[in-house]
Amino acid sequence: MTATINRRSARRVSKVDRFLTLIRVFLVGLIVVGILAFLAQQFAPNNPFTRWRNPDAMGLSADQFKGLLMSGLSQGAMYGLIALGYSMVYGVLGFINFAHGEVFMAGAMTGFIASEKFNASGLWESNFLLCLVLIVLMAIGISTLMAVLMERVAYRPLRNSPRLIPLITSIGVSFFIQNAVMGLFGPATKSYPQLPEWLAKQRSILTFEIAGTKILVLVVAAVSMAGLWFLVERTKTGKAMRAVAEDKEIASLMGINVNRIIVTTFAVGGAMAGVAGILWGLLFRSVTHMTGFLPGIKAFTAAVVGGIGNLGGAMAGGIALGSAESIAPLVILEPLGVPGVSQLKDAVAFTVLVLVLLFKPTGLFGERLSSEDRA
Amino acid sequence: MSATMSAPSSTSSTSPAASSAPALFDLDWRRIGKWGGLCAFAIALISLIGMPVGLDRRTIIEGRLSLGYLALIWLPLLFGYVVSKRVVLEGVDTPDPGARDVLAGLCTGLLAGLGPLLLILGIDNFNLRKPLVNWSPQLLELLTFGRDIGYGIGAWLAICAVLGMLGSTMHVLPKDVRRVVSIVTFGLLFISVLEAAIDDLSEGFGLEGLTDAMYAKRGGLTVKYSIILVVVLGVLAVVTKGRVKGATNHYRGLKGAERKRASVLLFAGVAVLCIVLPMFLGKIMNELLANVGLFLLLALGLNIVVGLAGILDLGYVAFFAVGGYTTAVLTSAESPFFAPELHFGFALIVVVLIAGLTGLVIGAPVIRMRGDYLAIVTLGFGEIIRLLFMSDWLKPYFGGAQGITNVPHVDLGFAVVKGTDPRSVFYMILVFCVLAIYVSWRLQGSRLGRAWMAIREDEQVAEAMGINTVNTKLMAFVVGAMMAALSGAILAAKVGSVFPNSFMILVSIIILVVVIVGGMGNILGVMVGSFVLIGVLGGPRQPGLLQEFQSYKLLIYGALLVFMMLQRPEGLVPSARRSQELHQEEFLQDVWLKGEDHEEEEAAEEAAAEEEAEATAEGTGDPA
Repeated sequence: MTATINRRSARRVSKVDRFLTLIRVFLVGLIVVGILAFLAQQFAPNNPFTRWRNPDAMGLSADQFKGLLMSGLSQGAMYGLIALGYSMVYGVLGFINFAHGEVFMAGAMTGFIASEKFNASGLWESNFLLCLVLIVLMAIGISTLMAVLMERVAYRPLRNSPRLIPLITSIGVSFFIQNAVMGLFGPATKSYPQLPEWLAKQRSILTFEIAGTKILVLVVAAVSMAGLWFLVERTKTGKAMRAVAEDKEIASLMGINVNRIIVTTFAVGGAMAGVAGILWGLLFRSVTHMTGFLPGIKAFTAAVVGGIGNLGGAMAGGIALGSAESIAPLVILEPLGVPGVSQLKDAVAFTVLVLVLLFKPTGLFGERLSSEDRA
Repeated sequence: MSATMSAPSSTSSTSPAASSAPALFDLDWRRIGKWGGLCAFAIALISLIGMPVGLDRRTIIEGRLSLGYLALIWLPLLFGYVVSKRVVLEGVDTPDPGARDVLAGLCTGLLAGLGPLLLILGIDNFNLRKPLVNWSPQLLELLTFGRDIGYGIGAWLAICAVLGMLGSTMHVLPKDVRRVVSIVTFGLLFISVLEAAIDDLSEGFGLEGLTDAMYAKRGGLTVKYSIILVVVLGVLAVVTKGRVKGATNHYRGLKGAERKRASVLLFAGVAVLCIVLPMFLGKIMNELLANVGLFLLLALGLNIVVGLAGILDLGYVAFFAVGGYTTAVLTSAESPFFAPELHFGFALIVVVLIAGLTGLVIGAPVIRMRGDYLAIVTLGFGEIIRLLFMSDWLKPYFGGAQGITNVPHVDLGFAVVKGTDPRSVFYMILVFCVLAIYVSWRLQGSRLGRAWMAIREDEQVAEAMGINTVNTKLMAFVVGAMMAALSGAILAAKVGSVFPNSFMILVSIIILVVVIVGGMGNILGVMVGSFVLIGVLGGPRQPGLLQEFQSYKLLIYGALLVFMMLQRPEGLVPSARRSQELHQEEFLQDVWLKGEDHEEEEAAEEAAAEEEAEATAEGTGDPA
């Protein structure tokens, strides 16, 4: 009797499972073949496979590869900073704050407005470092304010509703902020003022040619991460945050003001997004009202890759995603003969998300969620 | 103790006014400050987003009121209403509405007036044009009514105060008066907003004379006719009092054969209206109706996925794109790689098959994920499909960013459906919509539909009841995908071409808003949602009746989504079951408050209903 039941249930789920296995095998096969083709192309440019798929392949020089890696790393560090906000909010409240990308955009926009004003008054050129500190502080302020307001207005009333309800709300918030910013500041692309020569120029560190701005991005990301680690692991507030993430009810019984901790979580996530916004502005020097959309989704991907709720994981996931996004098109797709690979950068990022969820849904470093959120 | 207890009760029994209205100025100042400040902020925000200036061209009442001003003045009215609204709790003494509430509204309005006041002073003294594009002299002129600053400030303070007061007066008025006032206000607004539609319709029926007199040359109602309309609407409101509710109750109360007859009559009426109305409408209105139909078809599909099965699919646009591209490849002669130039009808069969297959392929990997992960992953898929259609890689097959053009008209033998003749497109869409409505309606009550709803309510329990959740959810995906693909196919035939940029993620989100505003899981709700939103505000690229809203409609969609989720998650036309799910806590609380005697009552009622049902069954059974 039990045997038949087991067999039947096994048979019933197997169709979808078999299909999933097929997808897994296909994706892994694609990646392996792509990398092998890349290696073949590097070491023996005249091999038959390369000639068949991609006759005018140039291959990558070591410098090109390093350059790709560096831009991937710096972009990934930015994704990591945004991902921290997703991860923390998911850890505490168990829902995806879809509008977090907009918080990041607000930071970038604040930076643009402030730097424009500084540039007009000449302070930007005469004392760049002071300006940088000021715009970072302003961006942190605006982004934090925005995240906290969002929580207060849109999410707090929905604290106990089904999980999808706050997600849908946050999509609405995201849409609203995007279009309000477009209405307020106009739809045109806005460019940050020219960066000073000493910062923007290429430097060579350990044979890596890297632009100064990218170093700055990496350093700032590392400092922010260290600060966040200190806050979460070494202070009382951080302890309270971890307690609330573990179990809200018990935490409140222990005398923790859950509402205040949730607001703090949003504020810290917002501050990180604000910093990331300024870094984005310095790195790409342009911002529009749509700036937050794709980086937002990619940052969420980074959070999932690293394991949601896991702060170190979010940063690592961001860096992994950033590098994958910048290297994979040229290393895996180009040798397979796909033209115009740089257009597929975003598609690669989403594929990484699907891959991670197919192979290890808990992320590379394991998720940290309360038991009710894990369901 | 007993003395203090008896003292208030005795005063209240002797002079109820004294206890229910403690003192005129004993207001909840914090509440007033909060709502008034919010209102001032909202007015300033809307002004700076550019709505008043952008919408000023559209007049509502000739020479008196434009849509631009209306975009600002509804705020103090609403906030005045909100500030005096109170929650009535059982066992807590709530004072009767009275002069205090009106005063609260007045204060809120005055505070709200600070918004335009500060804005006027700010624009006059500082130049913030650089980041804020709408910090312009036009805005100043609009805010000061074209006169000097003092006049503008005074006028705004007065307007806001009066409107706030009017808003709160709504609580004081008796119920009947309130009903008449709101019907007149909304009716007037409705008639002036629907100007284009009414104009068009009257032209079809040969009543140009009436509309020419009613509407001014450059749009908007004339003053004379707005007064006449107010009177007419007021009389109508008084006459119809209680009738509408009575009729619906009567319909609901009908049983058996009578109910069936009434339903058939109702259905026939709607059918005749749908078939006859477009004949009297002009090109623009038919185009509008066709767009509404297109999005209704999409929304019906999403309603199955989100509303019935509870799967939040944000990449729904992918299936729309697949439908459009499949049709284009199969029918167009310009298709770059494979151009069999099939007839639209044959293409449709392939479209449905391919859409189902895509639904399976996209659905299988995501179906077991957590609900919110699924949302983001499907969003990713929606974006990937657009990026792939746009990429150079697939350009030889799908034409890249230029898309596929020259999709032929649909030749039905007796008629040709083509984009330049929106009426024919509308009829074609009508056929598909009716089909989709029928399918959704039948599915809702079927075993599959009930399984979907069970999964939506609680997946684990559903699984324990023996439902194969994976397959059932996949079915929802597939059915939704097929409907979206049909809509995409019609779009391709209607527009005559497909471009990757017609299939942005935006489309998914707008359809989601339509489904949610209308009412998740309710076919009628979805229909209402698409008529109201797509018809009035417009789709992602298609303009609605309020063409001036083109640049603000996404903003409004976003705000609507948040507002609905916070205030009315079950939508405008809720499905009974869904709203119970969403308000489970309140529902349980009500049951608990009502207590056991209520349960007994219910049991008695049920018994009575059963008896009745038996009686009717016998009654109908006898003649047979």
